[in-house]
Amino acid sequence: MSATLVTVAIVLVFIVIFQLAKISEYTSILKGKEGVDEENDKYASWMFLIFLIIGFILLIGSLVVYIPKMLPVAASVHGKWIDSMFNVTLFFTGIVFVACQIALFYFAWKYSHKKGRKALYYPENNKLEIWWTVIPAIVMTGLVIVGVYRWFEIMSPAPANAQVIEITGKQFNWIVRYPGADGKLGAHDFKLIDETNQVGMDFTDPNSKDDLMPTDMHLLVNKPVMLKIQARDVIHDVGLPQFRIHMDAVPGIPTTFWFTPDITTDEMKKITGNKDFQYELACDQLCGKGHFSMKMNVYVDSPEEYAKWLASQKSFYESTIKGTPEEQNAIQAAQKLHGEEAQEKKPTEKKEI
Amino acid sequence: MDNPSMQHTQPGAHPATAHEEHGDHNGHNGHNGHDHEHKQSFITKYIFSQDHKTIAKQFLVTGIIWAIIGGLFSVLFRLQLGYPDQSFPILTDILGKWAPDGHISPDFYNMLITMHGTILVFFVLTAGLSGTFSNFLIPLQVGARDMASPFLNMLSYWFFFMAGVIMMISFFVSTGAASGGWTVYPPLSALRDASMGSERGMDYWLFAMALFIISALLGGLNYITTVLNMRTKGMSMAKLPLTIWAFLLTAILGLLSFPVLLGAALLLIFDRNLGTSFYLNDIYINGQHLSNVGGSPILFQHLFWFLGHPEVYIVILPAMGIVSEVLATNARKPIFGYKAMILSLLAIALLSFLVWAHHMFLTGMNPFVGSIFVLMTLVIAVPSAIKVFNWITTLWQGNLRFTPAMMFSIGFVSMFISGGLTGIFLGNSALDIELHDTYFVVAHFHIVMGVAAFMGMFAGVYHWYPKMFGRYLNNTIGYIHFWVTFVGAYLIFWPMHYMGLAGLPRRYYSHSAFVSFNQFASLNEFISGVAMVVFAAQLLFVINFFYSIWQGRKVRELNPWHSTTLEWTTPIRPGHGNWPGEIPEVHRWPYDYGKDGRDFIPQTEPMHEGESTHHI
Repeated sequence: MSATLVTVAIVLVFIVIFQLAKISEYTSILKGKEGVDEENDKYASWMFLIFLIIGFILLIGSLVVYIPKMLPVAASVHGKWIDSMFNVTLFFTGIVFVACQIALFYFAWKYSHKKGRKALYYPENNKLEIWWTVIPAIVMTGLVIVGVYRWFEIMSPAPANAQVIEITGKQFNWIVRYPGADGKLGAHDFKLIDETNQVGMDFTDPNSKDDLMPTDMHLLVNKPVMLKIQARDVIHDVGLPQFRIHMDAVPGIPTTFWFTPDITTDEMKKITGNKDFQYELACDQLCGKGHFSMKMNVYVDSPEEYAKWLASQKSFYESTIKGTPEEQNAIQAAQKLHGEEAQEKKPTEKKEI
Repeated sequence: MDNPSMQHTQPGAHPATAHEEHGDHNGHNGHNGHDHEHKQSFITKYIFSQDHKTIAKQFLVTGIIWAIIGGLFSVLFRLQLGYPDQSFPILTDILGKWAPDGHISPDFYNMLITMHGTILVFFVLTAGLSGTFSNFLIPLQVGARDMASPFLNMLSYWFFFMAGVIMMISFFVSTGAASGGWTVYPPLSALRDASMGSERGMDYWLFAMALFIISALLGGLNYITTVLNMRTKGMSMAKLPLTIWAFLLTAILGLLSFPVLLGAALLLIFDRNLGTSFYLNDIYINGQHLSNVGGSPILFQHLFWFLGHPEVYIVILPAMGIVSEVLATNARKPIFGYKAMILSLLAIALLSFLVWAHHMFLTGMNPFVGSIFVLMTLVIAVPSAIKVFNWITTLWQGNLRFTPAMMFSIGFVSMFISGGLTGIFLGNSALDIELHDTYFVVAHFHIVMGVAAFMGMFAGVYHWYPKMFGRYLNNTIGYIHFWVTFVGAYLIFWPMHYMGLAGLPRRYYSHSAFVSFNQFASLNEFISGVAMVVFAAQLLFVINFFYSIWQGRKVRELNPWHSTTLEWTTPIRPGHGNWPGEIPEVHRWPYDYGKDGRDFIPQTEPMHEGESTHHI
């Protein structure tokens, strides 16, 4: 019913606009105009000026309203570099934006058609054009230098003391794996994946036995973290907006990203004034129908909180595998795989961690 | 005369039609080896026509139909984003299983965004824009009877038409249309188990795109050959209107990059159907370990973006050309810096092949390679900046006539500034770490490529409509159309920057699962509301377009915009062959507006004794 009403209303509005438009056209024909309607020019030029002024007022107003809703201060060391680079870029592009938009609409208003006025024949001015080629080129060079310098710094190899965490994307959730007390992630192979053993851990490798697979990701504040990122099925993307991180998770091609979180969850709750604040891991690469729900909670802990959390964790092998029928299955599958690999006499496809 | 076909045309060689047509004669099709009867049937005249002007109109009308469909899809997914808690039972009535309980389903949402992108990027802003204006303007503005090969030109349209039919069929298969995003990244698009849209819908998508690429290549070959070989006497490359330069470079870009997409699509077809592993490696899906080993999903992205990035320039260059022409004509001034405009077009065209991997900074590619693409990407900002400054200077001290075409051209420049500048953020890989795949990207490319290219396209339609149909569009509706579109586009896309800076990822069906993202409900509702109003304004344009073909005010003067270029020397309704007599000769560049105290001097007027030439 309401749909019918809306349709009727839209059709009526269309008809009214159409009739008015036809009337204005007839009157302009009666006045003997073709092609160009000079009265419109004055009106249109004023519209552009009004647009410029209202546009800038709305722009400033919307910034006041929405800046508090944007990301808070970066919660990582490199994130703060990115933020300052963003501000520098915003400064230069902001100048160009304001100057160009004002010039465009001001000229549109100022030079609107007037009878008797002649347009200036001004086909070129090489000096001017060289200036506005060279200046943008210099600004761009500066931005490239800063950007590439920071890029290499962020992409540099992780420090040796970094906490390694493996993140696996699958339709439609994230799986994290921490090395246990030995500090080494156990070997894994996609061929060993099954319902229980979700990342295909190889339990013939002793390093696997103490690996943790918690349901949330916990990070220790001010300690570098090295994410080893992979995907099981399609491409996903590790999105950690508060830390200024995106990195694709690509099936068959592991990627990495290292960073140092420097604001704990509790501190961020105070900074944002939001007691529900939560660091979240999102998927940023379309991965299917559940893409929008691919979330994992992330906590940045103080040393005490982290130690407490770590103490509460039991290794995946101990908690889920040991003593179940799955244990035999998993070990047999791994042995079979090693046997096949030996037979094929090709380099092992086991991923060395 | 450098074109033998020119001599063929004889006006009035057949019984006069109801129109005031001249030279409606297909004798110069003789080089196809056919000798048609003189009187054309409805089918050869309007359906399987080889007249570039008719083919242009076919591209335009088809493009309009696709634009309505693509726009309607965006209205549907904006309903979901703007009113996530509200049920629309009418959706269930129309869409059935795709919208249970009055909400579109996540699968259907992904199909809508995928098809919205595919349709608008390829069918509307490539075929609809280039297909229309390259076809219409190249022969008319360079002074040729028709394209180099009218027959291939006709095939180009019909391949496009077939691509459209197949894409249309994919909406109706039981598993739905492709849903992996318009970039169809494998493995999502390669594995039938990965999503519903990766089943038969994806096969249709690939087949349709293959036909589309053939269409683009046939068209492009013709545009290039015609511009290079069929210019009238005196029309040197340095006297070409900027529209033609833009169309020429667009066609070259398409010719060099579309085959790469065809290659990428073929390999994807092999992976989907023949068990190859070009893009697949170590995959466990749906309880199965796939045997595909050794491929790389990143390879597809390289191949895709090797087309995909030139593609955005294929979309924007014709709009730039049209806008340059319309701004100069309506400012009654020469385009400022004609030579710089050509050089910057050339620079953009060349650099557009060297920036593709800026879409892939965060795929795990080597950071050193990334840094090269940062450099190239920011370098391309320089020629873009030159163009903007030159357009603005073209307005300075002009005598501006605000026809609807002029309004849209100014709108184009404003949008191009706004969207171009955000590209400087995204092109810098360090900043892309934050902004990658967020709404900031959505805002950027919709403004700079989507809206700006549409502005250019509308400028072209309003400006050349009198030449196409011998009638005017209604101006009042034109102004309403402009203001609603222009203001509406800013209101829709500007706030998306803010969402992106809040970290919102693209292509999310709902943001409610995340504390961090679930704060823009009222803004999303606002955007959806504006989107519907803007969509309605486009329908107003469509009604105006079709109504005016038959009922619009008639054009009574040959050159209504007082323009210098050759198309306005043809009869009001030019027949096949364009000029009833000889093709005029060209003596000067196309931008002699306001020179020596004269409002404009047509290109056909010989240079006077002692007259200065200032350019090239």
